[in-house]
Amino acid sequence: MTTEPVLVVDDLTMHYTTRAGVVRAVDGVSFSVGRGQSLGLVGESGCGKSSIAMTLLKLLPDNANLSSGSISLNGTDLVPLGEEEMRAHRWDRISMVFQAAMNSLDPVYRVGDQIIEALEAHSAMAHRDAMERVRELFDLVSLDPSFIRRYPHEYSGGMRQRAIIAMALACEPDLIVADEPTTALDVIVQDRILREMKDIQRSLDMSMIYISHDMAVIAEVCDTVAVMYAGKLVESGPTAEVYANPIHPYTRALMSAFPSVKGEKHDLVTLPGEPPNLLAPPAGCRFNPRCQYATDECRTSEPPIVRRNGHWAACWNPPGE
Amino acid sequence: MNSPAIPTVASPPALVSVVDLSKHYPLSSGWFQRTHNFVHAVDGVSFDLMAGETLGLVGESGCGKSTTGKMLVRLIEPTGGQVLFDNGAGELEDIGVLKSDALRNFRRRAQMVFQDPYESMNPRRTIFDTIAEPLKIQKMGTALEQMERVSTTLGLVGLTPPSTFLFRFPHELSGGQRQRVAIARALVMNPSFVVADEPTSMLDVSIRTGIMQLMEDLAGRLGISYLYITHDLAVARYMCSRIAVMYLGKIVEMGETEQVLQNPAHPYTKALLSAVPVPDPAAVRPPVDIKGSVSVPVDPPPRCRFYDRCPVADDFCRDNDHPPLEDKGSGRLAACYKA
Repeated sequence: MTTEPVLVVDDLTMHYTTRAGVVRAVDGVSFSVGRGQSLGLVGESGCGKSSIAMTLLKLLPDNANLSSGSISLNGTDLVPLGEEEMRAHRWDRISMVFQAAMNSLDPVYRVGDQIIEALEAHSAMAHRDAMERVRELFDLVSLDPSFIRRYPHEYSGGMRQRAIIAMALACEPDLIVADEPTTALDVIVQDRILREMKDIQRSLDMSMIYISHDMAVIAEVCDTVAVMYAGKLVESGPTAEVYANPIHPYTRALMSAFPSVKGEKHDLVTLPGEPPNLLAPPAGCRFNPRCQYATDECRTSEPPIVRRNGHWAACWNPPGE
Repeated sequence: MNSPAIPTVASPPALVSVVDLSKHYPLSSGWFQRTHNFVHAVDGVSFDLMAGETLGLVGESGCGKSTTGKMLVRLIEPTGGQVLFDNGAGELEDIGVLKSDALRNFRRRAQMVFQDPYESMNPRRTIFDTIAEPLKIQKMGTALEQMERVSTTLGLVGLTPPSTFLFRFPHELSGGQRQRVAIARALVMNPSFVVADEPTSMLDVSIRTGIMQLMEDLAGRLGISYLYITHDLAVARYMCSRIAVMYLGKIVEMGETEQVLQNPAHPYTKALLSAVPVPDPAAVRPPVDIKGSVSVPVDPPPRCRFYDRCPVADDFCRDNDHPPLEDKGSGRLAACYKA
């Protein structure tokens, strides 16, 4: 399954400086995405998964501090790039599908014109060719071409999300970062969009990072998965391996807290406590205050990497050894 | 009590009985904003909710499930139909005609928990003020008694020790803790019926299970019945003994939760279930059998509401009225000519 990586992120650390102190949103995160592969980034709200997305595109607010690490996209490190150079990469080589589809489209411009604008800004495309490309894109995401000349408010939620995906695909990027693209949608619409995204990703041999809190969606869309907790990755590997044999107690808890409509009705397990405040994360393993297997080591030192069943986790006492 | 005569009906053993309930919203347009059309948000919904039971109301956004829930606690006045509620003496009374003392008595016994714990609380009021407000409105007890009542309720919802929460503000609490406060506010009046509108859908997975278990536990301990409104069939599976599936203002299927989920009768329920992602990378879901997309029920034709999207509809479905909810075996009721 290993292919040449399109994206290699190494030891990425990004902190926000706030009046209350330093928020350690992304702390020493490393992962890679192969060509044509999709990586699922799963975690709960505030764990730093959206911060990773914003860091990859370098769409960071002024108080963000990218203090260490590298983001290598096809061999180019994005970290030292200035805004001007970064703009050449965005859309062209790396693009993003945002969480709030309602806010990603400008309400006073026709949807088609917004995509044409992006196309013309990033290529020397003539207006007529850009128009043709928009038609192709609408066809790709199953939107009726009559909607090219309509405004965002005339679209339903699912259609808007499709338009956003079309826009992200416009310049044929190497990598798409999709942040909770279907979270606000009803299941039937979500199902269609997920199937389309998978088809498009495979047919264009594109790479994707899919960010979600939903273990079930990740299971269906992603080849590999990385589980994030309180700014750090705690477990990562091929989706099938991680779901079949989770190592980290947090991954295990997430799995057993997730209700399912099908199959046997297993008891739902409740995790005690709440995720830590990233202003002052706990010492050692960040999961230790909520972990039933925690020992003194867990409370004082960074957990080591454990490898098992073809994937890794960061844990002192992986259960079931 | 000098309230007017309360119409009562011969009582089946139900806590809440909903009879042909409808809510139509006018759409104004044109000159002088005249009303030409109506959105049939809820259209002829009937069901009984038994004492001690948790009934799930499931469906996609815009299907009328929240409108139905709000009509049940009289936050929205229905256009047609009745909500009959057990008045505590085993008699069902029409909540639509309640006034003064009788209405206040009803408000005590029927409460609501909302979806968003960030929006449903006044940010400038302490937790004590938030939870004690219904007590103050109902003029229940002295200030000291109210304080005790609020403390006990906080303990009940797992916010312990209560003294550390009483005088904090909503912004100092996490999402899970806020939702516990919202539940405490509903429970402080000791209600027998609570409408819970998506109470866990804003919460993270690791927090959600705790709230679900709390609600289940409280139902058993305090004898509360819930109408549990959710879009998430998996959550409904864990919370509800029976579920009713709504589509465009109509209940299309109702029955024992496991029966409906494992062996759905209505084509819409089938489509909805098959669209739910499965947390198993090896699972391959078949394509979802449904056409088109959801519409808004503006003056809908009398035929089956699901006709335009139905994979099995035929001329009979087109030419006849919306099918009645009928017994399809194994305790399932479905509104479909083809099931």
